[in-house]
Amino acid sequence: MAKDVQKEFDRWQKTTLNKAISKAAERESSFKTTSDIELKRLYTPLDIGGLDYCDDLGFPGEVPFTRGAQPTMYRGRLWTMRQYAGFATPEETNRRYKYLLENGQTGLSVAFDLPTQIGYDSDHPLSDGEVGKVGVAIDTLKDMEILFDGIPLDKVSTSMTINSTAAVLLAMYIAVAEKQGVKSEALQGTIQNDILKEYSARGTYIYPPAESMRIVTDIFAFCKERVPRWNTISISGYHMREAGCTAVQEVAFTLADGIAYVEAAVLAGLDVDSFASRLAFFFCCHNTFIEEIAKFRAARRLWAKIMRERFKAKKDESCVLRFHTQTAGCSLTAQQPDNNIVRVAFQALAAVLGGTQSLHTNSKDEAYALPTEDSVRLALRTQQLIAYESGVADIIDPFGGSYTVEALTDEIEKKSMEYINKIEAIGGAIKAIQAGFIQAEIAESAYRYQKEIETKKRIIVGLNQFQMEEEPFRNIHRVKPELEQYQKEKLTNIKKGRDNAKVKEALSFLKIAAQGTDNLMVPMLEAVRVYATLGEISDTLREVFGEYKER
Amino acid sequence: MAQKIRVLIAKPGLDGHDRGAKVIARALRDAGMEVIYTGIRQTPEQIVNAAIQEDVNVVGLSSLSGAHNNLFSKVVKLLREKGGDDILVLGGGIIPTDDIQGLKEAGVREIFPPGTSTDDIIRYIEKNVKAS
Repeated sequence: MAKDVQKEFDRWQKTTLNKAISKAAERESSFKTTSDIELKRLYTPLDIGGLDYCDDLGFPGEVPFTRGAQPTMYRGRLWTMRQYAGFATPEETNRRYKYLLENGQTGLSVAFDLPTQIGYDSDHPLSDGEVGKVGVAIDTLKDMEILFDGIPLDKVSTSMTINSTAAVLLAMYIAVAEKQGVKSEALQGTIQNDILKEYSARGTYIYPPAESMRIVTDIFAFCKERVPRWNTISISGYHMREAGCTAVQEVAFTLADGIAYVEAAVLAGLDVDSFASRLAFFFCCHNTFIEEIAKFRAARRLWAKIMRERFKAKKDESCVLRFHTQTAGCSLTAQQPDNNIVRVAFQALAAVLGGTQSLHTNSKDEAYALPTEDSVRLALRTQQLIAYESGVADIIDPFGGSYTVEALTDEIEKKSMEYINKIEAIGGAIKAIQAGFIQAEIAESAYRYQKEIETKKRIIVGLNQFQMEEEPFRNIHRVKPELEQYQKEKLTNIKKGRDNAKVKEALSFLKIAAQGTDNLMVPMLEAVRVYATLGEISDTLREVFGEYKER
Repeated sequence: MAQKIRVLIAKPGLDGHDRGAKVIARALRDAGMEVIYTGIRQTPEQIVNAAIQEDVNVVGLSSLSGAHNNLFSKVVKLLREKGGDDILVLGGGIIPTDDIQGLKEAGVREIFPPGTSTDDIIRYIEKNVKAS
């Protein structure tokens, strides 16, 4: 059969196609994806001739998971609609969470402000002007109690975008649950806890890599025993993509980081099958629809191979790449912001067709500020429209078997593996970050993308084509500046009201653990229970571990 | 031959988003300017010290965390105190339209919002800095 297709294909090219092209040339001499993959005009059975259905695609919920992470995918349960939210005080954010839950959101996702992410209390000089800006400010357990007030932690799953201070926030979450009468074993959620991409793209690191990796593996070990349903890490390509890398680089850098975490955990004495099923991933979904669908499928297949072949994982569940997706913040334009609604819808659809486990859809106004309540609702409705009206959730992996999608899935997997090998040759992800390799690759792609826009090689509607005169966009969310003072006063009161001798003792135990090899989570949990502040805990570790300085 | 225009691109505050800062640093360099990039997480004091020490003509500030009103104004104020009032201060990042006027009044000469082409920034700098 393949032979006939080849013959027919050649004939079509020589006759019908040639005739058309000789009359009118195509729009471009070549068409490329963001990852510089040259796209063919037409994909046919000839392009997937080497595909072995059972080995390369298989069935959903089984290795290599190309067709989906779960056996029934969205026919069983829709993806979790999880809008990343947090701003100002825990009081205000708590109100936004309740609003989102009332509107049908199915999981929480906490955005913390930068001081919380970098281990400074609200009253630290470096926190000046940053308190409550990009997320909610958390100084002590008291703030977490307010944040989740009236939200039953045994019923909701919570994702927390927190990295260098992930252990502190997880400890606080466990302590809040205890106060609600919920055992840690029942808690469901995710901490991002992916420190490597902080060095390469996102920037909220505190300690040097080796010490940071120790905290990460301590969390793995602690959760294995005490919080078994918790996703202990969300290995993230999102921020590297947002910083400018391509789809292929996103897969490669993320999985290379994944390899580094698994290696660190195995080196720390954990059996690969004891923790691997709790690893989660986080990707971006950008504009190029087909490439993005293929990217998710390629990432799943490649990770399954890595876990099986390299780490000799025995259980299927150790090999499955489950992931959260966020639509591409960097694709939003300040010009004609309503266009962003449509961009987000396409990106969200690609993420669903790629088989995401949870999804955040960006709001149209985010090139200006954090989103308003109205624009967040519209973003959530976009997901609900896809879920309930489009019908795409009723079939598993509907693009599977598409000549184009399968060929691109192969190509992205192959190119990602080549990149991973390059990183391996440098000595792995940590070395590649320390050498500045990953950062330089990201910056190079970002620059190229910008140049493509400026030379109009890449058209962004409303930005470099189809522009128009617009009224300034004014309907934006504002974080009240008074909140910083309010948060500082609350902190002062907590420090006055707590048992400071107990705090001192808890911090000294934490310090001893940090100097030795005991699991840090245990003394950390004690410290948050007696209302030690996030800054105090982080400073204790800074004293022992030192601080990372960017090259 | 005219001396090259010297530019400090800086990230004040705790914000780690430096895609824009890096793209602009490189575009200005490609346009023939001398560019120093501070890296992320700089205090206004560090930025001003670097600007004075490096004897720059331009300081380009980038912030996406919403702390621009505080931080940008502080940089301008400190520059004035330290005798750097002739330095052209520019800003970019996620800056709401309604904040632009206030920032200009504080002494930030121009704000370049998302979507600005690097060519526009290059032209603006070349026009407003007379290389001596």
